[in-house]
Amino acid sequence: MKPVKSTLFNMIAAMLIVASGSAISIGYVYKITEQPIAESKNRKTMNAIAEVVGNFDNNPFDEKTELSNKPVELYPARENNTITSVAIKTSNNEGFGGKIELILGILTDGTITGYKIIEQNETPGLGTKVSENKFSKQFVGMNAYTDNFNLKKDGGEIDAVTGATISSRAVVNAVKTAVDAYNKFAGAVSHE
Amino acid sequence: MNNQSWNNFNKGIFKENPVFVMMLGMCPTLGVTTSLNNGLGMGLATLFVLVLSNLTISLVKNLIPSMVRIPCYIVMIASFVTVINLLMEAYLPELHSQLGIYIPLIVVNCIILGRAEAFASKNNLWQSFLDALGMGIGFTIALSLLGGIREILGAGSIMGWNFIGENGYPILLFIMPPGAFLALAGLIVIFNKISGAGK
Repeated sequence: MKPVKSTLFNMIAAMLIVASGSAISIGYVYKITEQPIAESKNRKTMNAIAEVVGNFDNNPFDEKTELSNKPVELYPARENNTITSVAIKTSNNEGFGGKIELILGILTDGTITGYKIIEQNETPGLGTKVSENKFSKQFVGMNAYTDNFNLKKDGGEIDAVTGATISSRAVVNAVKTAVDAYNKFAGAVSHE
Repeated sequence: MNNQSWNNFNKGIFKENPVFVMMLGMCPTLGVTTSLNNGLGMGLATLFVLVLSNLTISLVKNLIPSMVRIPCYIVMIASFVTVINLLMEAYLPELHSQLGIYIPLIVVNCIILGRAEAFASKNNLWQSFLDALGMGIGFTIALSLLGGIREILGAGSIMGWNFIGENGYPILLFIMPPGAFLALAGLIVIFNKISGAGK
């Protein structure tokens, strides 16, 4: 077969066909993957919640509370209808690679049960260490009402990951946001 | 497989290796290879896109007027990458969160457009397939080697398995961008020594 000549009509027709063909196929794939993508995101959040709050018998998703003007979502976990702990999803935009999103678990007495990072773009092998035990277990057992959430460098009690101060600080600040939100939330719940 | 086919397959792996010889696609090469897994994942994703784009372009090469071929190729490659990105996000969320922003970057990887332009637009379906497969495998091998070396030196682990313990001190530099250049330079020196280039 001879190659098609570059006349104006041929060029316009070829580009039109290629562009509409790809638009249709992308649209189709988007439609069939939309559901699984949303599900896998929800599953990730759900797993993280289960990991930080321990036992619960309600569906924390149904009781999601959002705070206005702050990127915070609270998921109360109940056992026999009393709130035992709260999972708080929050984020901080000052990581080395931008946004760090995590879920923090806090018991009703203010004890922190740990956090789980669900989204980050930190340097692999360096900033990503903030999701490893050595760094994250420092938060376990701290108290949301009384403790000072800061890096040692900033006058607090948390050791930063070596070589990844910015990532560590972003995580600490995200935890701080979550703790502040929890204090407000706890105040509201006690009047329930 | 006759001699010419074997050559078309083989050249991408050694003689015209996209990373070590042609120095193409340096952005993903240096950017994602912080671990063996990332290098391997990126290499395989590129291989997949490369085979698809070479096949399609070889099929439609006579239907596209030569004056508008580049925009047409780019639109096709971009659609393949978008489709793969969506499928990965839906069915392989773990790998997708690792490779993240590098998947959309496959579109501008010059190996893909380079092979489409230099090979697939002039050769038949079977030869184009072999060419894409060879180039893709060459790229995957290069990225895996680089990723493996950087992970061993920079993180003290391999495939995520840590062999220096929690308190060991790896050479952090190799995980960071300057280490990518150093490791790549070292690999190219070894490659040139073996292949006898530069004499």
